[in-house]
Amino acid sequence: MPSLPDMTTPDVAELARSAAAHTHHTEIPKPDAGQEAFFEVLLRLGDATLILGHRVSEWCGHSPALEEDIALANVSLDLIGQTQMWLGLAGEVEGKGRSADDLAYLRDAWDFRNLLIVERPNGDFGHTLMRQFLFDAFHFELLKALQGSSDPRVAEIAAKASKEVAYHLERSSDLVIRLGDGTDESRRRMQDALDALWAYTGEMFVADDKDREVAAAGIAPNPESLRAAWEATVRDVLGEATLTIPESTFSHKGGKNGVHTEHLGFILAEMQFLQRAYPGCNW
Amino acid sequence: MYAQLVSTEGMKKPEDMTPEERAFQERIDRGEKIEPKEWMPEGYRKTLIRQIGQHAHSEIVGQLPEGNWITRAPTLERKAILLAKVQDEAGHGLYLYCAAETLGVSRDELMERLHSGKMKYSSIFNYPTLTWADMGAVGWLVDGAAIMNQVPLQRTSFGPYSRAMIRICKEESFHQRQGYAVMMKMAAGTPAQKAMAQDALNRLWYPSLMMFGPSDKDSVHSAQSMAWKIKMNTNDELRQKFVDQTVPQARYLGLTVPDPELKWNEEKGGYDFSEPDWSEFFDVIAGNGPCNKDRLGARVKAWDDGAWFREGLVAHAEKAAARRAPIAAE
Repeated sequence: MPSLPDMTTPDVAELARSAAAHTHHTEIPKPDAGQEAFFEVLLRLGDATLILGHRVSEWCGHSPALEEDIALANVSLDLIGQTQMWLGLAGEVEGKGRSADDLAYLRDAWDFRNLLIVERPNGDFGHTLMRQFLFDAFHFELLKALQGSSDPRVAEIAAKASKEVAYHLERSSDLVIRLGDGTDESRRRMQDALDALWAYTGEMFVADDKDREVAAAGIAPNPESLRAAWEATVRDVLGEATLTIPESTFSHKGGKNGVHTEHLGFILAEMQFLQRAYPGCNW
Repeated sequence: MYAQLVSTEGMKKPEDMTPEERAFQERIDRGEKIEPKEWMPEGYRKTLIRQIGQHAHSEIVGQLPEGNWITRAPTLERKAILLAKVQDEAGHGLYLYCAAETLGVSRDELMERLHSGKMKYSSIFNYPTLTWADMGAVGWLVDGAAIMNQVPLQRTSFGPYSRAMIRICKEESFHQRQGYAVMMKMAAGTPAQKAMAQDALNRLWYPSLMMFGPSDKDSVHSAQSMAWKIKMNTNDELRQKFVDQTVPQARYLGLTVPDPELKWNEEKGGYDFSEPDWSEFFDVIAGNGPCNKDRLGARVKAWDDGAWFREGLVAHAEKAAARRAPIAAE
């Protein structure tokens, strides 16, 4: 077996020193002491709405009916509006002067904290609707609980957002039912979408130390506490849609801690292009 | 001006008109609105279907060039504004298809005519949007040109079209302002932003002038449409008005209109300007614009890929009706 060539560079330490001297590294901000978990949970909220809003907006002008173009633009607009509020508050809590736009446009994938389900590609329209429904049912319960937050800013945002999300859930449930119980083809497509996305739902209800810390402070619910209500909604709707819930309990995880699918990098490359290519501009 | 080269029948002299046609023309001359269930000449109905249909198609194809930048909008606020704007365009399409339906043609039929190439949409949407500044220039110039045509159409003789135009104009004028606001940011920004703004004006100036269509001074078709108050001004009148309004706006931005012949003419009280290259216009209308295939292809794909979705909803509605039927029969 050939051995790898020995790449000894005698002045490597010198090279490293000179490289360091010529590179300008901006420091990655750290949240104010005691705010780390709160900041993190706000990113989870705002990143989920940002990435899902982005995905939904990709349909603009390409959906199966004019009414759907209009409805999807509405959903996307709501989600982007919620992103402005959640990430705006995240910047405030972090205390390092970052705006919602700074957080949206100037972080890399590993700093994003959204659930993996929202970055899944749109697929066919059935896929998009199923993703929306599974997320809406969770989002609705989450916002209901957040309205009782001990932090009045969180409670206020949640109150506004939950009115919007109640409509999102009503709409996505209705369409899942109608297409599940539609033609053979529409049923097959909805079942395929459910089978493909099911493994991304478990992550919604996994609590880590940060979730527990924030829950203990009464700021946000422990995600585990949302599962029963979510399951009840999902069973009702999918039952009426004549769809079969997959038996597997396996779940992909990682989004909440910055370990994403390959898709997120491409979303960010597209979304952040102008801010990265022309830094510091006023748009 | 989303309706270009809409053909209509030649104009009849009053002595050649039937009594019904004469009474109809007199109603229009008195400024009365014609409503869907009332008698109208077949030519009036057909011309309106073509014109409103072409306008509706322009709105929905028009989602694409701006939709092209939604996922790349530079800030959350700009993304939200652009989404809302494109959503408005879809809404305009919806009102206009509804107005056309009152004339006895279904939305599906109109879609079919668009997809098969029998009906056109405005030539402007066959040009690409290449930089973020195009989001400003499209709002400023394209919506600006559209408003120039649509404001008079608020007074058009056909009731549903006139009412649709009143709603649409309110939104379009907001769109034009947002486009100009984007241009102001770009023109006052970094050298790269300003260059982007100038580049957008360079590329979109002449295609915007083409939106009004070729000169129609001697066109019999235009004369008939004007007598019916389906068309309210000549193409040249509207183009002149657009140039006169837009040149000072470009100067305010510190941008140069890409026309060396542009000059104020004291005598006519308007600018002299160069005509666009009409051979390019006819190429684009014939399907050879930079984006014709992509634009129409995207619409056909959306429609075809969505067939299962629409069929699924119809099937569900039928099942639900059948389930209700036995109860109703009891």
